Amino acid sequence: MSGLDTEEHWFDDAAGRLIRPYTVSDGRTEPTTPMELLSMVIATGHRPPGQLGPEHAQALGLCGTVTTVAEVAARLRLPAVVTKILLSDLVDLGVVDARSPDPMADSTNLTVLEAILDALERRI
Amino acid sequence: MPLNDESDGFPSALKLLIAGGFGVGKTTFVGAVSEIEPLHTEELLTTAGVGTDRLTGVEGKSTTTVAMDFGRITISRNHVLYLFGTPGQERFWFMWDELSSGAMGAVVLADTRRLDDCFPAVDFFESRGIGFLVAVNEFDKTCRYESDDLRSALDVKPDTPIVRCDARDQRSATGVLISLMQHLLAHQACR
Repeated sequence: MSGLDTEEHWFDDAAGRLIRPYTVSDGRTEPTTPMELLSMVIATGHRPPGQLGPEHAQALGLCGTVTTVAEVAARLRLPAVVTKILLSDLVDLGVVDARSPDPMADSTNLTVLEAILDALERRI
Repeated sequence: MPLNDESDGFPSALKLLIAGGFGVGKTTFVGAVSEIEPLHTEELLTTAGVGTDRLTGVEGKSTTTVAMDFGRITISRNHVLYLFGTPGQERFWFMWDELSSGAMGAVVLADTRRLDDCFPAVDFFESRGIGFLVAVNEFDKTCRYESDDLRSALDVKPDTPIVRCDARDQRSATGVLISLMQHLLAHQACR
């Protein structure tokens, strides 16, 4: 069993992770739920219907508080596209909720821009 | 349906890009302003190959990996700002539509010793209509240009701000973001 321990990834400093990334997604290259780097995800609190694979379990564990696909990908050390597939599987199982960003609505919103400006000024 | 329904409990993630040539200090800048240690992720970019392929799989395509670092600043309960450092050595990030789409603005970091390294980023943001400013990273206090010389060397539009900063310094780098927000606000107010 220890050979399946997710903490024991082979890792090469130059080449990166020594595993074909699509292996963890069973060769799939498209998520079932459209996701972006800045889609927000959070665990629903529902129990998974069955035993999750190690990568899926790890991804679910990272969704305890609201976070983004990008952060989950970084912490899993998996390419974003593979992470999106894992997370969309978890959405299909009902254990994760996801919401796509709507940045165009916010990026042109004066109130949002001013809120960011205020928050930044408070940091100096 | 409202465009931005915050009642579902999800904050909105907003995106700024930190661009510029390789080694100009993008990750340093992100690290200086971020509330978390910069995170690293990568994306596999697939470009469709020419011609048809009966197997209609990856055989007809080529894949390249683009890596980037990013950080985060929590603005409020409803908004979180993410700063993505674009890959500096890669020309491929220009193909990465997801990275640039929906970006509210950008900082182009420039090094006066290698000013032309930032030209592709300047061209990119100008062509996509993404509001940006140029921040000259003067970490070693050398090679100071006069502002007018910089502007003519960079050949940016008259209303594009050019500021100076030390990308290692939290106050200085945050000041760059403040200048960017002021620029974006002024642009929006003119619409």
